[in-house]
Amino acid sequence: MKFSENWLRELVDVPADRAALVERLTMSGLEVESVSALGGGLDGVVVAEIVEARPHPDADRLRVCAVHVGQGAPLQIVCGAPNARPGLKAPLATIGARLPDGVAIRAARLRGVESQGMLCSAKELGLDADASGLLELPADAPVGTPLARYLGLPDASIELKLTPNRPDCLGMLGLAYDVAAQFGGAVRPPRIEPVASAADATRGIRLEAGADCPRYLGRVIAGIDPAAPTPLWMAERLRRAGLRPIAAVVDVTNYVMLELGQPLHAFDDDKLDGDIVVRRARPGETLTLLDGTEAKLDEGFLLIADEARPLALAGVMGGMASRVTGDTRNVFLESAHFAPPAIMGRARRLGLSSDAAHRFERGVDPELPRLALERATALLLSIAGGTAGPVCSAERAQDLPSRPSVRLRRARLTRVLGVAVADAEVARMLTALGMTVAADDDGWRVTPPSRRFDIEREEDLIEEVARVHGYARIPARLPAGAFALAPESEARLPEAALREQMAARGYQEAICYAFVGADLLRTWGLEDGAVALANPLSADLAVMRTSLLPGLVQALALNRNRQQARVRLFEIGRSFLAGNGAPLETARVAAVACGEAAAEQWGEPARASDFFDLKGDLQSLCALGGEPGAWRYDTEGLPAWLHPGRGARVLRDGRPVGHVGALHPRLAKALDLGGDVYAFEVELEALAQRRVPRAEPVSRFPMVRRDIAVELPEEVAWDTLEATVRRAVGAQLADLFVFDRYSGPGLGDGRKSVAMGLILQDRSRTLTDEDADRCVASAVAALERECRAKLRG
Amino acid sequence: MDALATRIEEALAAIAGVDSLDALEAQRVALLGKSGFITEQLKQLGALPPEQRKARGAELNRARDRLAEAIAARRQMLEEAAFAQRLASERLDVTLPGRRGERGGIHPLTRTLERIAAIFARLGYQRADGPEIEDDWHNFEALNFPPHHPARAMHDTFYFGDGRLLRTHTSPVQVRAMQGRQPPIRIIAPGKVYRSDSDQTHSPMFHQIEGLLVDETSSFADLKGTLAEFIRAFFERDFEMRFRPSYFPFTEPSAEVDIRWDAADGSERWLEVLGCGMVHPNVLRNCGIDPERYTGFAFGLGIERFAMLRYGVGDLRAFFENDLRFLRQFA
Repeated sequence: MKFSENWLRELVDVPADRAALVERLTMSGLEVESVSALGGGLDGVVVAEIVEARPHPDADRLRVCAVHVGQGAPLQIVCGAPNARPGLKAPLATIGARLPDGVAIRAARLRGVESQGMLCSAKELGLDADASGLLELPADAPVGTPLARYLGLPDASIELKLTPNRPDCLGMLGLAYDVAAQFGGAVRPPRIEPVASAADATRGIRLEAGADCPRYLGRVIAGIDPAAPTPLWMAERLRRAGLRPIAAVVDVTNYVMLELGQPLHAFDDDKLDGDIVVRRARPGETLTLLDGTEAKLDEGFLLIADEARPLALAGVMGGMASRVTGDTRNVFLESAHFAPPAIMGRARRLGLSSDAAHRFERGVDPELPRLALERATALLLSIAGGTAGPVCSAERAQDLPSRPSVRLRRARLTRVLGVAVADAEVARMLTALGMTVAADDDGWRVTPPSRRFDIEREEDLIEEVARVHGYARIPARLPAGAFALAPESEARLPEAALREQMAARGYQEAICYAFVGADLLRTWGLEDGAVALANPLSADLAVMRTSLLPGLVQALALNRNRQQARVRLFEIGRSFLAGNGAPLETARVAAVACGEAAAEQWGEPARASDFFDLKGDLQSLCALGGEPGAWRYDTEGLPAWLHPGRGARVLRDGRPVGHVGALHPRLAKALDLGGDVYAFEVELEALAQRRVPRAEPVSRFPMVRRDIAVELPEEVAWDTLEATVRRAVGAQLADLFVFDRYSGPGLGDGRKSVAMGLILQDRSRTLTDEDADRCVASAVAALERECRAKLRG
Repeated sequence: MDALATRIEEALAAIAGVDSLDALEAQRVALLGKSGFITEQLKQLGALPPEQRKARGAELNRARDRLAEAIAARRQMLEEAAFAQRLASERLDVTLPGRRGERGGIHPLTRTLERIAAIFARLGYQRADGPEIEDDWHNFEALNFPPHHPARAMHDTFYFGDGRLLRTHTSPVQVRAMQGRQPPIRIIAPGKVYRSDSDQTHSPMFHQIEGLLVDETSSFADLKGTLAEFIRAFFERDFEMRFRPSYFPFTEPSAEVDIRWDAADGSERWLEVLGCGMVHPNVLRNCGIDPERYTGFAFGLGIERFAMLRYGVGDLRAFFENDLRFLRQFA
């Protein structure tokens, strides 16, 4: 909502300057978005009349004008505006003037012809964006008058960012009432008298849409002058509200909408056929709208029709065929009440927006239609002549919105705000807002004015009291209420611990978009079960990620392209898969790495990152849970994105929870990665499980170390080997580790050798050599039996 | 001076001149060893007449002690010199960087989010969570947004074919938290939210934190106090603050919170940082909580905005580009 400050001040006393008014509006919930001061820099700009316009001898586009400024001889002005013509009254910036954009006017020669000033467009004067030609002033504008005085300047265009609950402030009068409540001033509404009918042209009105349209008024105004100019005062108010003056009929309907808040529509009465019918659209019906949109309609849309066809989309936009044109002499003015539910969302469904829809979907005062119709009639008659017929109307009283009274309890008010507001103050504020207030023992019974659609329950009144009283006057304190200290689950590792561990191992946390391109997922072979957006912003943000890795690898590639050879990134976030009903959201931890194993430095030989670097990083996360033994790795059913020989499935307690490994070379090539990239992705839930420790006493007896080297088939996993030895040795095995592995010459094809160290210890005695030998013997026997292993010499 | 004294003086001079432990040991053997000079002399004592034997014996013992002392002193000196040499030879350039000292870092949005959650944790707010793909009821209807209501137009929503949507705010977590329990409730719900809007100042995905308190005594004054304390704790300074009436369908009265921000160029302006209000009775009722018995307040803030203010980040898009040169500044 944009409006002229001077107009507001005409409607209500505002005992405050512009800055204070703007501050007060904002602090009362009517947020001021912008203020454009108008009329500064107009000293030396006067109303002038072009008396002669000759072609410039040396420039096709320029004209040399003789311009009368009221006294002395006409001035010679060179002008390039297409509408510069004899008889036109337009603003002239005389020599010495300094325009709002800083341009100083001096005597100048334009292509050899002297110019003693500048004829101006609205834009050059800072009044409007219109730079298409000279600002055309009415024919009766007094030549020589300072333009600022003539236009009622200075003024300001103030733009409000209104919230959807305050449609009452989408009209100047409603705004004036709110301002009056803020400042305590009186409102001076425009005088609106019924216009007696001077003709008997009428139209029947049939309301066939129930509560959608409970009130419809119309009136035929015949014999207007279609060329009648809009008076300057009206044109200026429209302009300062951001609307361009066009022609009398449309300007009057717009003006009344701005003034009272009631959208009106004018039809060319000669194009209507019989009664006006307000009804829902029929399936398949179409209507060409004013802006050329071909609207395909269904029963969801409310129509204004005549007996033959649809005329207008009720409360949204008029139709092309019945619109008022430059030839229209007879108009039918519509002023109706449409219920918000009948209008909500309709304009958006068609990709439209209109001032009417904006107001009707939020709610327009149902008592306005008659007032607005009378106001528009009087204005139109005074501008364009013609004769008005009687007001035709139809009404469904039972469907008119009512404003039932609302109870406001003193105790509730105090409790919600946390402060008591004096009774007299409450009554005064509500009354100033136009409400009828009746006090009783424990509060008030309040009836809101018909324009306040937003006052339906006690909280709405509490908000009004708080707003007018001032939020600033409500004290600030900390809540006193008790709260329970919830148990802190130690069996869950905080995400922060995982993040800290990754950061400690050199990884930088990334945050990628949760949507990616369907193509990218296909390239990874991760498109199965992807959930697609119905209205994506672009093709590469069209489906929800099924894995964090495609996005993370994109981020890695971006950094590589920016000369970062060694990249370590991780992310904790959700992936999404279609499910039965709601999609499955799974939080995951993912990491990617490329480049050297360590940042380049002097003290260690350089080495490329490999599988075991990543696996080590993953294991350091797993270790945080305190149950390293719960984790296993195998090569079952590896996904397509993994290198088949350098990838593993990750299991926790036997359940597959992720993968680790090198990206498949084909994928790396398709993604143009130019180098090995390693990655892992594991479900957060698996990593977040933490064992709450149970302490056991440490053994006081010495440890014994024995080494075993065995030869066995390649495919026997270390996990299996480890489990076999642990099972065979039992409780006396304090630790087990692999310290060497070999395959190649000297061993049979498909064989490997593994050397492991066993740390043996007992809780109750010192182990003898014989004890240790027995442990080793049972380990070897089990390895031979279960792992097809052979002890090496 | 007799021959023995001369010999001893010579031996002492030789010991003083020895410059290696090996040579010193050779000297020791030659003088004090089993067939060394002194030992040989002692063996010859028996051949002396008894009246000379005692004096000679005492003389030899003195000589032996002097020699042993000199050798020990020389040894200690030589050992210390050798140790000093070893230490000198072990000297490192300790100014070189150590191994594997590099570290990654936490994303500035995570850092901001954790900081905010930690501040509220001190006030007893527990973390809560909900799905990012929501249904219309939780994201809108339960929060008092009727279908087609113009307030929905303020949320540019991403939809799925089945009518589900990407949550446009963290407020649906309020609903989920209240459905699961009865007051007193204090929760904080950080997370990703989505709006179909992308330009210099809008990202289609961003982060919010929702806060909710419901109990038998909470009021607008409590809301004001809580947020004022939070702003002070987060920015570690006092700001001029204002609560400005606004509108959200799920709170009433509603407010936007502005702080008086002094920009780097010295200019000052009001900056909107939070939306908040008293939980609307319809929302409490939708969640099975009696609005007559309980009142509550809720607030929501954009984590990006707080991170930008706190760390001086000028471009929202930097948070999601994942350029290491940007991220490393927040180690």
